[in-house]
Amino acid sequence: MDIKKIYEKIGFPRLIISTFLIILLITAATLKLPMSGIWQDIFTRFGMNAILVLAMVPSIQSGIGINFNLPLGVIFGLIGALISIELGLTGFASLFVALIVAIPLAIIGGYLYGLMLNKVKGQEMTVGNYFGYSIVSFMCIFWLVAPFKNPELTWAMGGSGLRVTLSMESSMGGVLDKFLAFKIGNVVFPTGLILTFILLASIVWVFSKSKKGTAMIVAGSSEAFAASNGVNVDKQRIIGIVLSTVLAAIGIIIYSQSFGFLQLYNAPLYVALPAAASILIGGATLQKAKIIHVIIGTFLFQGLLVVALPVINILSEGSMAEIIRIIISNGIILYALTRKAGEAA
Amino acid sequence: MMVPIVFLVLCLGGFFLSGLPVNFLFNEMVFRLSRNLILVLSLIIPVISGMGLNFGIVLGAMAGQIGLIIIMNYNIGGIGGLFLALLLSTPVAIFFGYLVGKVLNKAKGKEMITSMILGFFANGIYQLVFIVLAGRIIPFSNPNMLMSTGTGLRNTIDLNIVRKSFDGFIFSGITSYPIFTFIITILLFVGLYFFLKTKLGQEMRAVGQSMHIASVSGIDVDRTRIISIIISTVLAAWGQIIYLQNMGTLNTYNNHEQVGLFAVASLLIGGASVDKASWKEAFIGTFLFHLLFIISPLAGQNLMGNAQIGEYFRVFIAYGVIGVALLLHAWEKNKAITQLSDI
Amino acid sequence: MSLLQMENISKTYSGNQVLKSVTLNIKAGEIHGLLGENGAGKSTLMNILFGMPVIHSTGGFEGNMTFDGKPYLPKTPMDAMKMGIGMVHQEFMLIPGFTITENIKLNRENTKDTFLSKIIGPKLEKLDLPKMKEESKEALNKLNMTVDEYLPVAGLPVGYMQFIEIAREIDKTNLKLLILDEPTAVLTESEAAQFLEVIKNLSNMGIAILFITHRLDEIKQVTDSITVLRDGSLVKSIETKNVDIVEMARLMVGREISFETSNKKEIDLDEKPFLELKDLYVNMPGEKVKGVNLKIQKGEILGLGGLAGQGKIGISNGIMGLYPTQGTILKDGKEMPLNNPREMLNNSIAFLSEDRKGVGLLLDEPIDFNIAYTSIEIQEKFIKNIGPLKIVNGKEIKSHANKMIEDLDIRCTGSNQYTRFLSGGNQQKVCIARALTLNPEILLVSEPTRGIDIGAKKLVLDTLVKLNKELNMTIIITSSELAELRQISDRIAIITEGKVQSILPPDASDEAFGLAMAGKDISEVVD
Repeated sequence: MDIKKIYEKIGFPRLIISTFLIILLITAATLKLPMSGIWQDIFTRFGMNAILVLAMVPSIQSGIGINFNLPLGVIFGLIGALISIELGLTGFASLFVALIVAIPLAIIGGYLYGLMLNKVKGQEMTVGNYFGYSIVSFMCIFWLVAPFKNPELTWAMGGSGLRVTLSMESSMGGVLDKFLAFKIGNVVFPTGLILTFILLASIVWVFSKSKKGTAMIVAGSSEAFAASNGVNVDKQRIIGIVLSTVLAAIGIIIYSQSFGFLQLYNAPLYVALPAAASILIGGATLQKAKIIHVIIGTFLFQGLLVVALPVINILSEGSMAEIIRIIISNGIILYALTRKAGEAA
Repeated sequence: MMVPIVFLVLCLGGFFLSGLPVNFLFNEMVFRLSRNLILVLSLIIPVISGMGLNFGIVLGAMAGQIGLIIIMNYNIGGIGGLFLALLLSTPVAIFFGYLVGKVLNKAKGKEMITSMILGFFANGIYQLVFIVLAGRIIPFSNPNMLMSTGTGLRNTIDLNIVRKSFDGFIFSGITSYPIFTFIITILLFVGLYFFLKTKLGQEMRAVGQSMHIASVSGIDVDRTRIISIIISTVLAAWGQIIYLQNMGTLNTYNNHEQVGLFAVASLLIGGASVDKASWKEAFIGTFLFHLLFIISPLAGQNLMGNAQIGEYFRVFIAYGVIGVALLLHAWEKNKAITQLSDI
Repeated sequence: MSLLQMENISKTYSGNQVLKSVTLNIKAGEIHGLLGENGAGKSTLMNILFGMPVIHSTGGFEGNMTFDGKPYLPKTPMDAMKMGIGMVHQEFMLIPGFTITENIKLNRENTKDTFLSKIIGPKLEKLDLPKMKEESKEALNKLNMTVDEYLPVAGLPVGYMQFIEIAREIDKTNLKLLILDEPTAVLTESEAAQFLEVIKNLSNMGIAILFITHRLDEIKQVTDSITVLRDGSLVKSIETKNVDIVEMARLMVGREISFETSNKKEIDLDEKPFLELKDLYVNMPGEKVKGVNLKIQKGEILGLGGLAGQGKIGISNGIMGLYPTQGTILKDGKEMPLNNPREMLNNSIAFLSEDRKGVGLLLDEPIDFNIAYTSIEIQEKFIKNIGPLKIVNGKEIKSHANKMIEDLDIRCTGSNQYTRFLSGGNQQKVCIARALTLNPEILLVSEPTRGIDIGAKKLVLDTLVKLNKELNMTIIITSSELAELRQISDRIAIITEGKVQSILPPDASDEAFGLAMAGKDISEVVD
């Protein structure tokens, strides 16, 4: 009875993935892999990805479900970063300018996208997915013709358009990771990165406890209930998607500064699925999501990838880690899609 | 009819910009039609059964590739080998289709996004089997198929022993056009037409229009939906084999990925929607989509001085047309709901 | 010799007995009327007769049935159909995109062998469209219907759809008994008259008809005998010629109720009304309101009664603006904006929806949040101001909820339990607690006791009376249970066909209520 309750509380997917992670950690230890490197990677990758995962929270809370159109926000983030690099800024100035450019764009873009989503209630995920793909492929054309001049951005040898991968070494690369960073043993803790996540997560958390935030969550939980309580459901959904888009824009800038490279062209396509998988692993459903789901989910998902890579590299070939990522991330989304409302994930 | 007309205009404009000779275009189109029509055809039945655009045909394509991989392993070539591949892929496709149908029955109302994710998921399993297990747990007798390490299939497998064997069957002495493939394609289209006039076809239409009424009338809705997906998956498996024998090489890990995308975009460009599709739309759409596919890089080159723009443009068209079609469909559906409550 | 005998049928849904040893006999070829209020047990009886899965998934039933001389125990609707029982449901079972022929022949298509069907199976037989068309035409002819069989059903007038449904049933060659559930509800007067003719023809062809309707004059006009149910028990089976409409109404409604008349207030109708509805139209699917005029006095409890589908439920929903509404709503002489729930709440009008799970509750949120939410949103109660931020005060919500849980005796594991896991009665108490928290001047309550057990029912009704007495709250209660309306209301308006049929005092006679619900004034009938 009690075991069953605990099982229900933890849920099938989390149980599987935590077990898997623990087995991998033990294997890593027995294989005498450098654990400090592993922990370092887990912290860094957690910080890099958590904001993108956080972007799923307002979207799920406002009733839109998984925001498969995360690439929309990502693109605004990329534009912000590009402009900041184009201006030749460095360090924190570079980071702030990128954010200042990206956030208003994301608000406008998110608002327009929200207007559209209100016309397609019930099909947001399918429409959002293809809308995201379309935007990304459209932007591919834009990257080719965009009027950027800074040699950091364009191909060195003539060719037109922006590079596929841009180094951020001379601009904002690693500014947050290094901010207040300290060392425990061999592990360098990326304090600034984690603090940024904590700051943004707190904002989302406080919002969800505020009057405006509860209205949004209520609109997302039950349209009929919200309407009968005088809540403008369409407006709340727009708030949700704007927040999600803005967080995606911030998320990719933070991600890129830590990664050290800005990835253009098709790269934004690969943002939504891992973020969706992470929050679902953390215990969210298509109807409900909390900050704690973001933290647990990102930790488990990134932890799994970080630990799996070296372990599997020893036991099997490298592509195995990628395969595991595909199977787990899509498997968990599939699991969530086939649940009925009210069933725990 | 708006959509196909818009794309026809786009194609005509692109055609003049590209400056491609008609001859070349005609040849290219004949082959593209012959290798893609069956894949597009495979989408029609799920649309009629109300399950939307079945992105899960990716699993059918995998089943087809599995059939080909088996005959390649035993080096069974020629038309006999190809028929064996078709035969072997069928039970695999039936099994896959059954699984897809089961999953989609658990996700009613969210079939499209679910089938899409299911495709991604299956791709992971496929890679697991053919990269990690092949050569290690699954024995391969033909070492040429495996990578130099002895595990994992090669990225590209040369299908020379079955290349164009289907296209050229019987008629290879007369012409180099894929006459046999066209005959089979036409037979399948005619078969579909008649299928829709059978009892089972009628049940699928009923289920597609209203699951509730169908079930009250005694139709086993879940079973009908599963059969519909099985048929779709089997057709996709056959379609993929015919596609690959024409191409002559198997990109083990890429060929199936875009199958869903391109087939769905083709059908939609032909004027089909999420709940309405027929052989006409499949044919017109496949024609227009591939015409655009051939001419857009050159048109991009001539117009903007950059061939890459054309390439991205056609990808944008594929995604965009699906996005817009889904958008319009959901929009219409929502409008219908509010109209009911008009006084 | 009876065609159908149902003997001592009893049925219990999760401890709640809805049928108590009911007996029903139908002779071959007769037209039999089944009468009863909502909740009298008609639907359950029909579900048993038609073998609906809901019966067997809830533990089956007690009693015996024989049909056509043989023991009869249908497990699925298919079994019933095979025996020759057909049913036309209240909601149409027609596929809009199919032609009339395809609908009549749905899942009973005429087919021809094909090459493939011989190998694979009968599912691949080809449809025999000419034959389908011919047989459909035949069935339609029996109903005196001339219409192109290849027309799609979508866009046909509602009356036609009803006939197509019946055509489908009589096309079944072995049809012996046809159940018609409120068939005339959607028909115009002339269509209804034509329809009754058709029923008589069918009966002359030897098909027995079980006719469920609330229109007593139709019952009187066409049936040979009637059976009246009340509260799950058989009241009477009688030949129609031996009973008049007034008697039918009495049989349907009558029950022993001890009126605590001392509780009733005198309503001064000359005073300025507190809430006034003028020519109110509400487009609520299935409960359309078509021009209601009502004056509600301050401090009264007004009951809205009537049969299902007549529009009584639409009134409260329309006032709240949850469905498209037209007309005028005056509160205290001030005109209220329509179709705007928020303004209604701002004007101190609150609503407890009949759709508890869909509209009334957030099932996956805890009890305390459910109780507090409307007040947070509308009145900014339970809000802490921290700088410019308005933060919801969780502690205050919790302590308030705990008080409500105690006051209303909400049985739960704590104020943080999700409302999904509460029983119906306790869910309703949560809804009431929310209304209490809001403390409105006017409370609209819709079907407050539907699906909840007797103990909770009493508490819910008592609470409403207490609110009315102690806080002088004006209450408009909509209920399908006339008994509870008579118990607590000061006046009762009976709604039929979307309009106010009559306004009766709670102690008016059973006949008066029964007739009003059937769309008649007692003065019209007794003259």
